[in-house]
Amino acid sequence: MPAVLTAPLVVEFPFTRSLGPVQGAFLTGLRERTVLGVTCQDGRVLVPPVEYDPATAEELSDLVEVAPTGTVTTWAWNPAPRRGQPLSTPFAWVLVRLDGADSALLHALDAPGPDAVRTGMRVRIRWAAERTGAITDIACFEPSDAAPPATGPVPHDGAFADPVTGITAPARLDYTYAPGRAQSRYLQALTDRRTVGERCPACRKVYVPPRGACPTCGVATDTQVEVGPRGTVTTFCIVNIKAKNLDIEVPYVYAHIALDGADLALHARIGGIPYDRVRMGLRVEPVWTEGGRFPDHYRPTGEPDADYDSYKELI
Amino acid sequence: MREVAVVAFGQSRHVRDSAETSEVEMLMPVLHDVLARTGLTAGEIDFTCSGSADYLAGRAFSFTMALDGVGAWPPISESHVEMDGAWALYEAWVKILTGEAETALVYAYGKSSPGEVRDVLTRQLDPYYLAPLWPDSVALAALQARALIDAGLTDERELAGIAARSRAAAAANPYAQLRGAVPVGEPLAAPLRTGDCPPVSDGAAAVVLAAGDTARRLTERPAWIRGLDHRIEAHSPGVRDLTDSPSTRLAAERAGYFERPVDTAELHAPFTSQEVVLRRALDLGGTAGADVRINPSGGALAANPVMAAGLIRIGEAAARIQRGESERALAHATSGPCLQQNLVAVLEGEAR
Repeated sequence: MPAVLTAPLVVEFPFTRSLGPVQGAFLTGLRERTVLGVTCQDGRVLVPPVEYDPATAEELSDLVEVAPTGTVTTWAWNPAPRRGQPLSTPFAWVLVRLDGADSALLHALDAPGPDAVRTGMRVRIRWAAERTGAITDIACFEPSDAAPPATGPVPHDGAFADPVTGITAPARLDYTYAPGRAQSRYLQALTDRRTVGERCPACRKVYVPPRGACPTCGVATDTQVEVGPRGTVTTFCIVNIKAKNLDIEVPYVYAHIALDGADLALHARIGGIPYDRVRMGLRVEPVWTEGGRFPDHYRPTGEPDADYDSYKELI
Repeated sequence: MREVAVVAFGQSRHVRDSAETSEVEMLMPVLHDVLARTGLTAGEIDFTCSGSADYLAGRAFSFTMALDGVGAWPPISESHVEMDGAWALYEAWVKILTGEAETALVYAYGKSSPGEVRDVLTRQLDPYYLAPLWPDSVALAALQARALIDAGLTDERELAGIAARSRAAAAANPYAQLRGAVPVGEPLAAPLRTGDCPPVSDGAAAVVLAAGDTARRLTERPAWIRGLDHRIEAHSPGVRDLTDSPSTRLAAERAGYFERPVDTAELHAPFTSQEVVLRRALDLGGTAGADVRINPSGGALAANPVMAAGLIRIGEAAARIQRGESERALAHATSGPCLQQNLVAVLEGEAR
C-alpha cells in the first residue's frame, strides 16, 4: 500500500452581509463607542439586539443605549488562543450583561489569569483603536471597578451619520486534503504518466478517475485497469472567458474525453488544433509538460474520427 | 398512525484520522453492513436520506461523492440534511409515516481529521455577532459548564465521574475510539479539561427503517419508534439559561418520553457538562431515573464523529432493544452551540 497522499487545502472567502435597521444601528453604534440594545414588549432589553423577539417572534425596533460597563454572567479560561480570536494572549471568554441589559454579550476578557476572573465581576468595554462597524470594534472587555450607572437605558433613535449597512466577514479554514485509496492510486499512476481506472466487480464498468465506488452498483471498485492514453472527444464546449490565474489564451476548448478502455469520460482541455475545428469523435492523446503531474492538455492524434456508435453511450 | 421501526444499525470503527480512505470508502462497508442485516439491496430501499456537512470536508456538495456508495443509478429517491444524521432519520420517519415509503436507509458521516473541527464549527454560529470572534466549540461548552458549576448544579468531580463512566462503558463497544481510563487532563477551556471533551473523530453510521409488517419481516425484533420530536432554542447563548434545556424537555414530552419510564438513555452529550443539563431536562438521575442506564455505548465522549454522533445514539438505543437488553429506550441528538437544538426519540421493543 503506497503512502497516503495529502495536500494543503485552504477555503477562504470574504462573506459580505447586509444589515437590517437593528443590527446596522448596533454595529454603527459600536463604531461611535455607543452600545445599543433593543427593547422587547415585556420590557426586557436585549444586547446585542436582535430583529425579532426570541421568545415571541415579534418584530423589534425600539432601540435604547446601555452602558459600556457590565457584569460577567459566566466565563471560560482560554489558555491557547486560536487564529481569529479577539486576543492573542491567554484570555477568558465571557458572557457579559451590560448595565441596562437583560441578556448577555459574548466576547473576550483581558485578564492576567483564571484566578483574576469570576462570575459576577465588573468589567467594561475596551474599544478597538480602529473601528469599522463590527463586533470586533469591541477589542475585548477589561476589569473595572465602576459601579453601575444610576440611570437605566435611554431611548436612542439609532440614527448616525454615515451608517454601516453591511459587514465583510473574512473566513479562512485550513484543511489537509486526503483523496482516499482509489484516487491516491490514480494520482500515483499519473506520476508514471499512466492513467488508471478501476473496474466495478458487479457491472464491469471502468471508471476514470476512480472514486472508490461504482455509482450504479454501490460497491467498491476493486480492479485497476490501465486506460488510454488515447481517447475520443465525446462532447465539448468553447470557453471564451479568461479564468483568473489561468494562463491560457481564449477561446479554447474544454472537452469530455472517453479514454480507450474507460466507461466514463473525463474532462480536459484540447490543444494543438484551432478551437473551431474540434468536433465530437475527434481522436486525441495526452500532452505532458516537463515535471507535470497530470496531462497539460490533449491534442489530435491524426487518426480518423471515431464512429458515433463507438462512444454514444459515454456522452 | 403507521408503526415505524429501526430494523438495522451499523457503524464504522471511529478513529482520530482516516486519511487513507475517502468519505465514500469509509461509508460503504457500513452501508453494506446494514443492508446485509436486512437482506435488502440498495435498489429495494424506497427512500434514502443522509446527514453530513460540507465544512468538515472543505468542499461544496461533498455529500454527492458519498452518494456513489448507495448506487444512485438508476435514479433513487434521495434527500440530504446539512446536519446530524438524526435529523435525516427524522425526515425518513416522516416519509414512512406519510405512506410515501415502506423502507428507508439513513446514513451519516463526518471526518473531522482534514480540518480543525473547533474552528470549523465556529462557521455555524451567528455571522454578525459570534462568528467574527471565532469562539470555538470547546469554549462555548465551557461557558455552559461554568454556569452549571456557579449555579451549584455540578462540580468538576462529578464531571470527571461522567467522563470515567462513559469511557468505562465504551470498553465493551468495539467501535468506540476512547475506551477505558482517560486522564482528566489539563484545562482545555477551564473549567473543562481534556477528559471532559470528546475525541476528534472520523466515522460513519447507517440505519434502516421500515414500516409495520415489513419491519417484522426484515428483523426478528424491530425497535419501534414510538415518538420522535425536535425543538430549537434561540441561537444567541446570551439570551438563554445555559443551565437548562427546555427544548430537550419539550421534544421529550412530545415524543411521549414522560408517559412511562425508560430503562436506557443514549444522550448526545459531547461534553460531560452537557450530560448534566440533559439529565436535569429529562429528570434522569433523580429518583425517577435512578434505574436508567445512561450511555451504555460510551456516548459521544467515547467517539464523536460530527454529523453521525446523534444518529449513532438512536442506532445504539435501537440495537440494545434488538438485542433484548432494553424494553424502552430514549435516544437524543443535539446540534448547535450549548445544546441549542435537540431531538428525542422514544424506542420500544415488541410487547412480549
